[in-house]
Amino acid sequence: MRVTVGDTTEPRSFGPITRTDIVLYAGASGDFNPIHHDETFATGAGFPTVFSIGMFQAALLATFATDWLGTENVRRFGVRFKEQVWPGDELTCTGIVTKVEPTDEGELVVVELNCTRQTGGVAIVGTASFLL
Amino acid sequence: MSYEVPIERGKIREFARSAKSTQTAYDRAAAVIPPTFLTTARNFWAPPADDGVLDELGFDLARLLHGEEEFEFFGALPSAGEVLHAHTRLGDRWEKEGKRGGVMKFARLVTEFRDGAGALVAEQRTTLVETARPPKVS
Repeated sequence: MRVTVGDTTEPRSFGPITRTDIVLYAGASGDFNPIHHDETFATGAGFPTVFSIGMFQAALLATFATDWLGTENVRRFGVRFKEQVWPGDELTCTGIVTKVEPTDEGELVVVELNCTRQTGGVAIVGTASFLL
Repeated sequence: MSYEVPIERGKIREFARSAKSTQTAYDRAAAVIPPTFLTTARNFWAPPADDGVLDELGFDLARLLHGEEEFEFFGALPSAGEVLHAHTRLGDRWEKEGKRGGVMKFARLVTEFRDGAGALVAEQRTTLVETARPPKVS
């Protein structure tokens, strides 16, 4: 695969995010903070309902990025959490190549990643490196 | 203190599917891990004593936010059947003025994952934030 700075790929949408999606990820990851699945707990804490696990959005963004640049090639993946994600949200993941660096083992490709809500609000931003 | 983290095929597949991935690389006997999979290590394998790091940090849980999360791999990705050894330590700590007043405290937890020979395979960096007041709905 040849990539150059400025390359993008087809954006990918996930959603609408359901409570079941959140619970599936909770089970897979072992994160059982009740704020993410227990309606009574979440409303009792002052939230309108449960909200998603930040690392779930991160995992979706990672799925988008590895579908694009390869499951086995990832060498770094980082995210910063911005806005909460709620049941019913439609998330859209996008990415752009920002750096391509030759190394002894191949080309190190750096991408900037975004996961945006249907409101236009940014849920998470990320960066990742892939060795191609 | 370090603890063992067995990389399990079934958990990789479950994790990949929960993240809506259909890649066959996560279904094979020697499945590689998805990029954020090692987030499961502490949840499933850390002994209770590992919470000592959080006690040492002393952040108020009611004002705690997950700020950033990063994973770095120093070679081929870990795959099913391997056993890693994890150790978490407190990294940098810093403070800054909150937008609506008060002090926001930041701390980084660093978890190293090593193979049986002691070589560093992966590093996880978690940035935690103690906000000046409890988080609000965005």
